[in-house]
Amino acid sequence: MFSALKNHLGALGYLLFWTLAASGIYLYIRFDTSVGGAYASIGELEWWFGGVLRSMHRYAADAFVAVTVAHVVKELWHGRFRGFRAFSWISGVPLVWLLYASGIVGYWLVWDARAQFSFLATLESLQLAPLGAQVSDRLFSFFVFLHIGLPLALLAGMWIHVQRLGRPRAVVPRSLAAPVLGALLVLALAWPVASEPAEAVTGVAIDWFLLFAHPLMYATSPALLWTALAGITLFLVALPYIGARERLSPAIVAPANCNGCGRCVADCPYEAVTLKDNKALVFAERCAACGICAGACPSSTPFRSVQELVSGIDLPDFTVHDLRKRLQAALPSEEVVFTCEGTDPGRTRDRPETDPKAIGVRCLAQLPPSFIEYALRNGAKRVRAVGCEGECAYRLGMDLAKERFSRARMPRLRPSVRYSRSGHEYSFALR
Amino acid sequence: MKNLARIGAQLLLYVPLMALIGYFSTQPRFSILGEDEALLRLSFIHAAERKEPCRTRSAEELAKLSPNMRAAQDCPRERAPLLIELEVDGKVVLRREVPPSGLKNDGNATVYHRLPVPAGKHRVVARLRDRASGDFNYTKEETVQLAPGGVLLIDFVATKGGFVFRT
Repeated sequence: MFSALKNHLGALGYLLFWTLAASGIYLYIRFDTSVGGAYASIGELEWWFGGVLRSMHRYAADAFVAVTVAHVVKELWHGRFRGFRAFSWISGVPLVWLLYASGIVGYWLVWDARAQFSFLATLESLQLAPLGAQVSDRLFSFFVFLHIGLPLALLAGMWIHVQRLGRPRAVVPRSLAAPVLGALLVLALAWPVASEPAEAVTGVAIDWFLLFAHPLMYATSPALLWTALAGITLFLVALPYIGARERLSPAIVAPANCNGCGRCVADCPYEAVTLKDNKALVFAERCAACGICAGACPSSTPFRSVQELVSGIDLPDFTVHDLRKRLQAALPSEEVVFTCEGTDPGRTRDRPETDPKAIGVRCLAQLPPSFIEYALRNGAKRVRAVGCEGECAYRLGMDLAKERFSRARMPRLRPSVRYSRSGHEYSFALR
Repeated sequence: MKNLARIGAQLLLYVPLMALIGYFSTQPRFSILGEDEALLRLSFIHAAERKEPCRTRSAEELAKLSPNMRAAQDCPRERAPLLIELEVDGKVVLRREVPPSGLKNDGNATVYHRLPVPAGKHRVVARLRDRASGDFNYTKEETVQLAPGGVLLIDFVATKGGFVFRT
């Protein structure tokens, strides 16, 4: 359950965005966009519908911040910000700013003591505090415009953020969406949000997810706050280029063996392959060198009688021909094991003590299903294929392998081979 | 049935997370003032007088200028800085020179200062000089009673004669 949550943080962001949009549309219908009428119009919401939607709107915004922070920390922890991931990482940085700007302006629309405090604190941080005494209806309408425009900019940014991902997970499975929305609803019913008094008071109920910058500024200074925020932003943008590791060689195309079927285009997890003139074309800077494209290529079959097995698309430093040679060297054998090396290429080869029988592959989806049948027809009684334990190192490898082994996706495992799955491990034998 | 049990178990996981969200959505409360404190807030925007007075151009000077540039007066753009002083109970708590904004120093000067003071009765004196030299040309003093959490806003509106105190 926790792993389902952990593995869908980005998609949860989308779910919470749509929750905010849906609840926000109703609140906007009921909202008075004048500075004098806004507070009363929110107070007039019926508790059983408008009130619940308002609470869900607030809590979804807070959950969005929590999910975003968790998403950033997780990607940072796994080092997923360099090389082919740099685009997604860097394009994600302004989204954090847009999320906070949307949320903070949203608080102003209530125009209660908290809103006035937040507005004044924001102006103070910008050295514009004296303007705070002159909030007119026109300026207040601008807040409303911002609270619609900024989330739309956020949505556009979220779309850009996933443009370099094949099959991006922008939709949460129902089994995850239902309890998340249910928990938000329970929270909204059990702990409905309320406005602060209409006039400024001494202390206000701060939303520490969205408004934490205000207390931070009062504890330090506006200059320190902006320096810290600018420093963090610059650090995050520069991170992909700090201590960059040597990149693996990107996939290359052998046009003579490429029939332009497009399977590699469909399976690439990072949108690094396209078709041009009916031949595959690799964008080297986007390529993760995971070998999934080689695993998808119909020419990557070890049954071909050619001496030098050349695939239509392949990794120059770990070709399908290399894989066949390693397999042939391991045969005959009672059991052949293919293991996924994830982001640690050469792990199996360089440290055979981990599993002396294992043949390492960059990703389980680099392994064409025909290699399993080849092993079984050339002396192996069993074949095991061990994927990433936990989250797939190359996003889609485990999903693609599952679809290919279950014969739902090309290249399929032949019907003469039966398979069983246990967690991240597959076992194969001839029927 | 299995799905229902799964959703129920997930709810058990998410409810504590949601409780955290619910709590930090409003708590703990925050105040920039301590208990038994009030706030003096000096906040205004004002354009000071020009640093140099306008000068009438001579006929020779005007003749040298293009016909469309022959303004009778030559007015340097730069404005004088504001000198602001705030005194509370006989003690000067703020004395600041605020420069005008703008690349040519010809814009408004923006003054903002927060000062927490103990709640109670205070004698407040605000002084302003908005010209290049001389004494303060605007002064206002008043005794104010500030409740805990109360705010005295000290504004400056030249068209209303100078400082305006609002509680």
